[in-house]
Amino acid sequence: MRRTVGVAAASAVVVFAAGCGGGGPQSGGDQKLTGDKIVLGVLNDQSGAYSELSGRNSVTAVEMAVADFKAKYGDRAVTKNITVETADHQNKPDIANTKAAEMYDRKGVDLILDVPTSSAALKVADVAKEKKKLYFNIGAATTDLTGKSCNKYTFHYAYDTYMLANGTGTVTTEQVGKNWYILYPNYAFGQDMEKSFSAAITAAGGKVVGKDGAPFPNTSGDFSTFLLKAPTLNPKPDVLGTMQAGAELVNVVKQYNEFKLRDKGVGLAVGLMFITDIHSLTPAALAGTTYTDAWYWNFDEQNRAFADRFQSETGTRPSFAHAANYSAALQYLEAVQAAGTDDADTIVKGLEGKEVNDVFLRNGKIRAEDHRVIHDAYLAQVKPQSEVTEPWDYVKVLETIPAAEAFAAPSPDCTL
Amino acid sequence: MTGFLQNTFNGLVSGAFYALLALGLAVIFGMLRVVNFAHGAFYMLGAFGAYVLLTEAGVPFWAALVIVPVGLGLLGMALERAFIHRLTRLDPLYNFLLTFGLTLILQDLVKLRYGVQSSPYATPSALGGSVNLGLFDFPTYRVFILGFAVLVCVAVWWLLSHTRLGMVVRAATERPELTRAFGINVGRWVTPVFGFGIGLAGLAGVLAAPMRAVNPLMGADLIIVVFAVVVIGGLGSIFGSVAAGFGIGLVQAWGEAYLSDFPIVSQTVVFVVMAVVLLWRPAGLFGREEAPA
Repeated sequence: MRRTVGVAAASAVVVFAAGCGGGGPQSGGDQKLTGDKIVLGVLNDQSGAYSELSGRNSVTAVEMAVADFKAKYGDRAVTKNITVETADHQNKPDIANTKAAEMYDRKGVDLILDVPTSSAALKVADVAKEKKKLYFNIGAATTDLTGKSCNKYTFHYAYDTYMLANGTGTVTTEQVGKNWYILYPNYAFGQDMEKSFSAAITAAGGKVVGKDGAPFPNTSGDFSTFLLKAPTLNPKPDVLGTMQAGAELVNVVKQYNEFKLRDKGVGLAVGLMFITDIHSLTPAALAGTTYTDAWYWNFDEQNRAFADRFQSETGTRPSFAHAANYSAALQYLEAVQAAGTDDADTIVKGLEGKEVNDVFLRNGKIRAEDHRVIHDAYLAQVKPQSEVTEPWDYVKVLETIPAAEAFAAPSPDCTL
Repeated sequence: MTGFLQNTFNGLVSGAFYALLALGLAVIFGMLRVVNFAHGAFYMLGAFGAYVLLTEAGVPFWAALVIVPVGLGLLGMALERAFIHRLTRLDPLYNFLLTFGLTLILQDLVKLRYGVQSSPYATPSALGGSVNLGLFDFPTYRVFILGFAVLVCVAVWWLLSHTRLGMVVRAATERPELTRAFGINVGRWVTPVFGFGIGLAGLAGVLAAPMRAVNPLMGADLIIVVFAVVVIGGLGSIFGSVAAGFGIGLVQAWGEAYLSDFPIVSQTVVFVVMAVVLLWRPAGLFGREEAPA
């Protein structure tokens, strides 16, 4: 069933591609590919907190990219033997480490994709460097992937803490209010987010009047102490910036509404949010909240067409992580097609500095300096319930943040 | 001062959940000598029960408050008859492993059907506002939870101290062999008591649905603290578990409010308290040393 839908949708691409004419070397039968095949590996959380926003559905997204690639090139494709391997890293760095090594060594994987959870993502970057194999990170937020932990074979594809803080922090400070209270989960990701947000807020002329690291994981599930504290601070914060993610974000938002902080003049800004989070909280609970999105499924016709295909295969609308996995797999296959080989060093050369436009990357560019993939980002706001006219269409894009401004300049800490 | 009272009140609300869960664990442990590791999973099923009833059948919160605990209580009784019952004569470790396995199965079944993303559940509209408690406004729903939990705890205490059923349970808890010798059929009461404990966990779950993230793992984090609560209160001590439940809620809330510069402290304070209590009174605050057989 899945396959037939994929093929049907892909045939539309064939018609389009046929018009574009040739390009790419004729390399059907030569031995430029290891094992005469391409293997893509999706390593992510398939059972835990991040399995909904990426997980198995990202594997489907990568399979869609493979189908599109085959449909576009047909007999001219560098190979027709393209397979997708997948593994569950359970958000644990040690498991990610073992699984990544196993993928590269035993499963013949040419490219590892996704890997959410920053600590796990950094481990896999080390493996990629050691094995000299490609790694496109999509799910993790840490800027260290293109900072002090960067390497020649690692690309950071979708977003990072700077992008989130820069968009949400700057615009919210300018438009909603200058005084912030920041609540973050007290571990690597939360601390990173707090630093990035504080920097962005101060740069925009705002002030962080208070910040607290909540226990992580918060076993009591209760954030009321922090929520009660917010309106009593002097000066009173205009915005509560929460850096919690997943289920903890749900707890914070439920209790934010319970204590009616919006009525007390404290707005809400969320550090990292996926469309799946809004779906589970309902737009009513989040109405008016601003956040930075790397991609939105109903932004334009092109995105919507992809979202429709994705929904017919998975039954749900894609998050930005799903779209980014699709795009990353497709761009890798294009690079192999253009180079006629899957040799990692050759592919890296081909990718560096390349400008790309596809369903996920708008005005995209693969930076040669640090392998940060930059692209347009979006400042989004959750619609009030009354404006939600179809399921999953929960946000409106307030502003497009141009690629050049959305991401930080290459870090001096990075030497590839 | 207002801030202190607000934090105290919040601590009591968190404590109410601990108390309800610990109470169920204590009753079960007292009667069956089973450490029910699946208690957190039943708490989660309680919240999901409320969610499923509302979304699939339009059953409101108030009805769920009755239906879900009763339904889960029956499920608990069935599980006791089918599995737990068979292992009670063996080393307690067997039932610990059994209930641990049960937890994983229940969590994964819910995951399979509803995913890991939290499911939405709104506060019932009658309890949506806030009430004035003299010095400050407080969400009505939290006031309700606290009042309701205290009511349940008092009712359980009354049941145990003023009814014949309670007398049997207390006797069987303290001297099971002797109680049997008096001709009381202890075995007859084991299954309903287990179901009752599970029902309390389900009740806590329904109460949690409007203010906590409803997802398959919601019980997994909480249960660790609840075990600490039970140990602090004294294993099997009914009063101890309730008192320790509210006490730990308070300690956590105060820790977060006044030690917020040291998040690591508020994160570990429960277990520090547990360690201190165990050193000072190995049987817990209200527990008694195991009676010689």
